[in-house]
Amino acid sequence: MTINRLILITAAALLTFSQTSAADDTLTIGFTVSRTGKLNNDSIAQMRGFELWRDELNAKGGIAAGGKQYKVNFVSYDDESANARVQQLYTRIINQDKAQFLFSPYSSGVVATAAIVSEQYGRIMLTTGAAEEKTYKLGNKNLFQVYSSADLYLAGAVQAVKELNSKADVALVYKDDPFSKAVLQSARKQVTEAGLKTALDEAYSPETTDFGPIINKIVSAKADVLLGGGHYPDGATLARQLYDHKAGLKWVTLLVAPDSPNFATLGDAAVGVSVPSQWEPQVSFKPDFGPTAEEFTQRFQAKYAIEPGYHAAGGYAAGVLLQHAIEQAGTLDQATVADVLNKMDVTTMFGRTKFSTNPKEHGLQIGHEMVLAQWQKKDGKLVKEVIWPKAAKTADILY
Amino acid sequence: MTAQEGSQGVAKAATQRSDEDRSVPLWRRPFTWLIVLVGLAFALLPAWGDNVQLRESLLLAAVYITLASSLNIILGYTGYVNFGNIVFFGLGGYICLYLVSEWLWPLAAAALIAGISVSLLALIFGLGILRLRGAFFALATIGVNEAVKAFVSNFEPWGGATGIYLSLEVYEPLGGPRQALWTVYFLIVAVMTASLFLSYLIKTSKFGLGLLAIGENEDAAAVLGVHTPLYKALAYSVSAFLPAIVGGLFFFKTGIIEPGGAFDLTRSIETIVMVMLGGLGTVTGAALGAFLYEELRGVLLTTEAFSHFQLVIAGLLLLVIVLFAPGGLMGFIYRRWPRMRRLLE
Amino acid sequence: MIGVVASIIDGVLVGAVYGLAAMGLTLIWGVMNVINLTHGAMIVLGMFALYFLASALGLPPYGAVPVTIVIGFVVGVLVYWIAVHRVIGRAHLMSLLSTFAMNMVLIGLGTALFSTSPYNVPVPLPGITWRGYTFTGTHVVAAVLALLIAGLLYLLLYRTRIGKAIRAVADNREAAELNGIPTTQVLSFAFGLGVALASVSGTLIATLFPFTVLSGGAYELKSFVVTVLGGLGNPAGALMGGVALGLIEGVATPFMPVSWTPIIEFVLFVAVLILFPRGIFAFARS
Repeated sequence: MTINRLILITAAALLTFSQTSAADDTLTIGFTVSRTGKLNNDSIAQMRGFELWRDELNAKGGIAAGGKQYKVNFVSYDDESANARVQQLYTRIINQDKAQFLFSPYSSGVVATAAIVSEQYGRIMLTTGAAEEKTYKLGNKNLFQVYSSADLYLAGAVQAVKELNSKADVALVYKDDPFSKAVLQSARKQVTEAGLKTALDEAYSPETTDFGPIINKIVSAKADVLLGGGHYPDGATLARQLYDHKAGLKWVTLLVAPDSPNFATLGDAAVGVSVPSQWEPQVSFKPDFGPTAEEFTQRFQAKYAIEPGYHAAGGYAAGVLLQHAIEQAGTLDQATVADVLNKMDVTTMFGRTKFSTNPKEHGLQIGHEMVLAQWQKKDGKLVKEVIWPKAAKTADILY
Repeated sequence: MTAQEGSQGVAKAATQRSDEDRSVPLWRRPFTWLIVLVGLAFALLPAWGDNVQLRESLLLAAVYITLASSLNIILGYTGYVNFGNIVFFGLGGYICLYLVSEWLWPLAAAALIAGISVSLLALIFGLGILRLRGAFFALATIGVNEAVKAFVSNFEPWGGATGIYLSLEVYEPLGGPRQALWTVYFLIVAVMTASLFLSYLIKTSKFGLGLLAIGENEDAAAVLGVHTPLYKALAYSVSAFLPAIVGGLFFFKTGIIEPGGAFDLTRSIETIVMVMLGGLGTVTGAALGAFLYEELRGVLLTTEAFSHFQLVIAGLLLLVIVLFAPGGLMGFIYRRWPRMRRLLE
Repeated sequence: MIGVVASIIDGVLVGAVYGLAAMGLTLIWGVMNVINLTHGAMIVLGMFALYFLASALGLPPYGAVPVTIVIGFVVGVLVYWIAVHRVIGRAHLMSLLSTFAMNMVLIGLGTALFSTSPYNVPVPLPGITWRGYTFTGTHVVAAVLALLIAGLLYLLLYRTRIGKAIRAVADNREAAELNGIPTTQVLSFAFGLGVALASVSGTLIATLFPFTVLSGGAYELKSFVVTVLGGLGNPAGALMGGVALGLIEGVATPFMPVSWTPIIEFVLFVAVLILFPRGIFAFARS
């Protein structure tokens, strides 16, 4: 009788404990968002991606790891689109808020600063919204890049141009900032390797608002193709002024700017402009886990009333990848999760993901491919279509 | 009370005191010990308990205190408004990081050389632009900052617009990242204490007397035999030394430096706000103003409700000070407790 | 060669608008010895005015110009009474800081309200094409309007009583007061005028390029450079300085990487300050 009672009591105790444990465990993820400053447009898009993932996950009960369920809790602060506060904030996130995992801020420069802190304290950080490779070549152990790196951005465009006109004169006109410079450094080589002529190669100051002088230079150089740009404000302005000045270009690829739905406000100036994109709603990858691109787009639109661009998709993907890694690892232990991430080679709605394990460039994204999207007129309305690579395209190229 | 009147009042008080006090050696004066105490507090508080969070926020405070007290030398004493004071900080950072990453120099040496070179540059520049008075000088300092920023953005050996990224291996000679962060922190605290000392030393010296005289009435000072061009240039140069060093240390700790963040005009102006908040022309004021402003910004930044309105609140604060309390905190303290004039410089 | 000429013409057109922007700054400086650091925010005000009037209310874009002049004037007078009145006559630092603080408040509010997203007002106008280079219609109209407004300012300053009062106060405030001129009213009027000029230049700039809440900063810096070139306090000089700056930008760009232009601008700025403190166009001062 006593033994039976003991067993009953023990069973009851175990049941109670397991129930309370399942309800109470939280996983804290920390990051900063640029709520103010020049980057806030895309940074907030990225954050929405994070939040959508978290809300869906928590609604389903959280992450299951090692027999326990963890609800995800975010800790985030405003980094003002500037490096200055980032380190202080990430240090606070790690030491005070005790975040177990980190997401990156938006934009390569800010992320590089944050990465130093995450490395100093040995925390895993999934970087999204950051394409510059230099960050990963400084000897890190805990960074994992979700985006394709900068050197791939214009590779597709160069290939497309080569196919359309192997004798094209290319003008490289880009913003003088870390991201754009990194992209164009590779693009320069790719253009030469493709056998195309470089007619003009110049960087413009990030403060530039009047592109008239440089457009005149493009006309003087008799260029057919323009590759370059920077981020939204300058990219949009350049596109508009190219149109107003009738620069006579047959092909324009600009970074980042044309991906934003706002680009459509340029009206006719947007037609034909293409953009290297990390992701478009129309892509049709078959994910190993998580929703498809279409499902993601629908859910995002339902929650935020606008279409997601690749910044939001990258944010969401970061969450999905981390979740998968933790579930596979079965624990929140940094080393084990890092191990899983290092071995990962999967496909999600974002595309293929594989992280480099070469210590000289740890964390660099080597599986993901970029697509080229172009603004075209469909039934009188402006839409973005995917035009490259051929396997993923939804429309023909406009040249 | 205008700031001019405020600083003049301060200057007068200083002049009265200096005659008596100059006979008292530095180590016997209570204010000296106050500075030492502050330095020790900064060093020991976070160390005791390995409080990294406290260290991080005190580090920023210490950096700003250094910037503010150095700025005080030119702004508070001579009255010349150096709007572009951040250029010393940025250049110091660049030189130090360049030496550390390209030439593999040890940190302390690199920072010191950065300080010396920026001071020399400031001396040369100063002789040129200090010929300008008032607003012209202020605008010229903005021009200098922007020109240097534009130049560095194009200067490939320093990374151009991308800047310099420190490889994570630089922490090895300092014993790994965690150790290195503490070491850098202590160095910064040392520099901060030095900046307070320097400011105090100058104020109570004959050189400082000359500077204050220039601040009161430059032409009269010249007539009275103060070698104004040299004094001004020296003040400008000296006010560059410690910000350059602390810039080197700060950017080392940050791990990267790029033109936008190194030559940030807004930060420059915030330094002026700090000096104004604390009280122009006073050593304590500069330190207090810097500390309070930095803490305020830190709180604003992380409090959800206010983070959107950070700029607005900071701006309103500045507006209120300028319109209604130009003597700053020290002005208020001096009026309320006149005895403090003797104790807190 | 043609490229250079096209560049020069372009530069001059844009320069006229720079000049207009700087005229507001220099007027305030000349009259009351205050450097208006809200200048950038006022330019942005004009930009947003165009956006709301044209896009939201459907006014024709150039119709927003007179409306902005009025709005700018009213805001300017308000800023005068809040931030400037108490600090006139005191050390320069005070007015620099108070206007800067005002600027922080305005930009902060703007960011909270509009975030830093870019806004754009498309103005479809045919351009003038010449041998492959096009001069956009908006550039031409903006330059013409800038000159027109500058002309109106001249008329105001030299053919009206209030203009005379402004010039008197600029010359010697005490004497003007003694002569029965209500100097405080005149000062606030002048400040409002200066801000109106800044705002309307913002409106014109918004017809040329997209903008964000933070766009004012760059134009403020350019206005400093122009003001110094033209001589502080000299509106005609400011116009010429603006054109000169536009010209320099136009001439320099075909021959060197565009990213070097800021270096040239600021080195010029410091050099002119040191060598020609009265501005290069000081002779135009009336």
